Amino acid sequence: MNSMDGGQALIRALEEEGVDLLFGLPGGAILPVYDPLIDSSIRHVLVRHEQGAGHMASGYAHATGRPGVVMVTSGPAATNIVTPLCDAHLDSVPLVCITGQVPVSAIGTDAFQECDTTGITMSVTKHNFLVTEPDDIPKAIKEAFHIATTGRPGPVLVDIPKDIVDPNNPRSAMDWPGNVDIDLPGYNPRTDVDPTDIVAAVDLLRAAEKPILYVGGGVLKARAAEALYQLVELTGIHVVTTLMARGAFPDSHELCLGMPGMHGNFTAVTAMQESDLLVALGARFDDRVTGRIDGFAPNAKIIHVDIDAAELGKVRRPDVAIQGDCRVAIEAIVAELLINGLGSADRDAWRSCISGWKERFPLAYEPWAEGQALKPQYVLERLRDLTPADTIVTSGVGQHQMWASQYWTFDHPYTWVNSGGLGTMGYAIPAAIGAKAGMPHRMVWAVDGDGCFQMTAQELVTATVEGFPIKVALLNNSYLGMVRQWQEMFYEERFSEVFLSKDLPDYKLWAQSMGCAAIRVDEPDEIDAAITKANEINDRPVVIDFRVMAEEKVFPMVPSGASNSDLVVPPSQADQPR
Amino acid sequence: MSDIAPVYHYRTLVVTVENKSGVLARVAGLFARRGFNIESLAVAPTDNENFSRLTIVVELASSPLEQVIKQLDKLINVVEIRELHPDHSVERELMIVTVEAEPDRRDELVEHLDRAGGKVLSVGVDRMMLSLVGPPDRIDEFEDLLRPHGIVELQRTGRVALAALDEGG
Repeated sequence: MNSMDGGQALIRALEEEGVDLLFGLPGGAILPVYDPLIDSSIRHVLVRHEQGAGHMASGYAHATGRPGVVMVTSGPAATNIVTPLCDAHLDSVPLVCITGQVPVSAIGTDAFQECDTTGITMSVTKHNFLVTEPDDIPKAIKEAFHIATTGRPGPVLVDIPKDIVDPNNPRSAMDWPGNVDIDLPGYNPRTDVDPTDIVAAVDLLRAAEKPILYVGGGVLKARAAEALYQLVELTGIHVVTTLMARGAFPDSHELCLGMPGMHGNFTAVTAMQESDLLVALGARFDDRVTGRIDGFAPNAKIIHVDIDAAELGKVRRPDVAIQGDCRVAIEAIVAELLINGLGSADRDAWRSCISGWKERFPLAYEPWAEGQALKPQYVLERLRDLTPADTIVTSGVGQHQMWASQYWTFDHPYTWVNSGGLGTMGYAIPAAIGAKAGMPHRMVWAVDGDGCFQMTAQELVTATVEGFPIKVALLNNSYLGMVRQWQEMFYEERFSEVFLSKDLPDYKLWAQSMGCAAIRVDEPDEIDAAITKANEINDRPVVIDFRVMAEEKVFPMVPSGASNSDLVVPPSQADQPR
Repeated sequence: MSDIAPVYHYRTLVVTVENKSGVLARVAGLFARRGFNIESLAVAPTDNENFSRLTIVVELASSPLEQVIKQLDKLINVVEIRELHPDHSVERELMIVTVEAEPDRRDELVEHLDRAGGKVLSVGVDRMMLSLVGPPDRIDEFEDLLRPHGIVELQRTGRVALAALDEGG
């Protein structure tokens, strides 16, 4: 027998799951758990806003592959964590979130800082628990980690009423159980694949003359980048990597076509449109990838591999559906190809078609002219070229995110961390802190916009105080740039509520006030020196305020609701034959 | 008799769930946020106290059945889902109803009731309370018959269903 209280049990349960870092902020209902935390091996990172804690845990999980863990109090803290939970739910990020709750006897009475946390978060978590007995804490935590990290990963929330963790309350007394057994009769995630599906898929693969591997975030979640590399080397089939899969296959490889979708490059989008076989690996036919769904890849047969059965046939009916882990499936496909042959489909015409597109439609922007503000694409090209190849890049949401995805060369998995499904502005800085916390020896750059920066910049205080020297490349164009782009292109340049301010806030002063080194760059010839200097600073965070052009737009672009065949290319390529 | 098989606009899902608080909210929330329509829903305990059974009638026009089942299956507390086709299942529903029943019209009501196989539960001065168990379409028909008499209050349980037994089984 090992007598303890529920709070001690909660911390012990987290330790037994191997948790090394906890992102959080204490408050009334969770307060008792913060006492045993003092004696724990777990490091706690004190955030400035609970949303920051959630995105930090997400950045940590993306970069390390281990679940991110968050602990916050009840009521407003719980509602502040809803956005990161939803973000993680849409991007299948393994998180475990502990929330405080009012005492069991007060639940349902509209007590101070009470909210229906499990009710509110039901639709934005993979699962959640309300624990009402201290004896149930070890099991709930074990189950939470199991659910968060297996099958299709996702966020799990555990709501803990104060009385069961408060040593001053006799209700919290308990004995640590001898065995903690998972009891989830309705949860049996499947990882193995059906061999007959593999054979059927490989038959399609052998016959395809215009195949494309459509690689999604599931490949990264399955740690399948090496298996994918083997498949590509073996078959010579071209690859597109979605926004959630950048880095799953090296951009520098000649068979990598880069990002598809609304702001994908011409060749990636068009090759998918024209293909006769799409092999979707851990991808979910998101509307930002497919454009108008009834016009998407009209002549393609589909092989769809996903660990989540509900994704198979949700958007596009596959010809071969393979439910299971991506790595297992890819390895099985490789094995089948090695044993029974690659087939003899003639793909010469397809290869030359693709190289023609690559030649005629590279990513492009108008060159900088005297008197203009900086070109954001050029800033990113310089940042890319002046930082180590394994630099972890995080981003917020908007134009800067798309440019970062387009212009960076992602040659390593787990170097790109962003908010894909939910599109959460303000993600970059806290996610960068989480990534740095998990991978302290790697350089971490947050590519941010000025709209995003103002949503979560206070976490730079956390970065300074807790010792996470991240670097922020702020692409500051004084606008909510992506909305501005839509208003320019689709609302006849009627700009509505998109101008933020030319000079407010003073980002340099603000960053300095938070303990960061800060540099402002207005001229192209200052860019390299600023980046080099930032790369050398390792004792505190750095913010570079790059003053970029407001008029610059992200191209190519598939207008919302249009078919991917109607991709809008940059003006300089408008006359090129497709 | 027509030799054309009837086309049903619904399917019945018999869903076994863990008997935990909030499970019904999870199921209802899933249907709501994915735009699936429930035609009827019945909830009851099973012979095992750890599990409850939901009988959900899903309207096929608004709800892609395969997605409904797969999404339900993702709920951690859902243990088993059985899809019942109307041709291969036995469906029952209970209705209790209070109708206007002046003494001179009672014979007619009782005649309807006998034909349908229902029961008189209670008789008041000018009202009667009746009950009927049967397949949902029979309940519909009976409800239509009662309407001209004046329905005071009516309650239906929603249907429950079990797979039909094999021939000779």
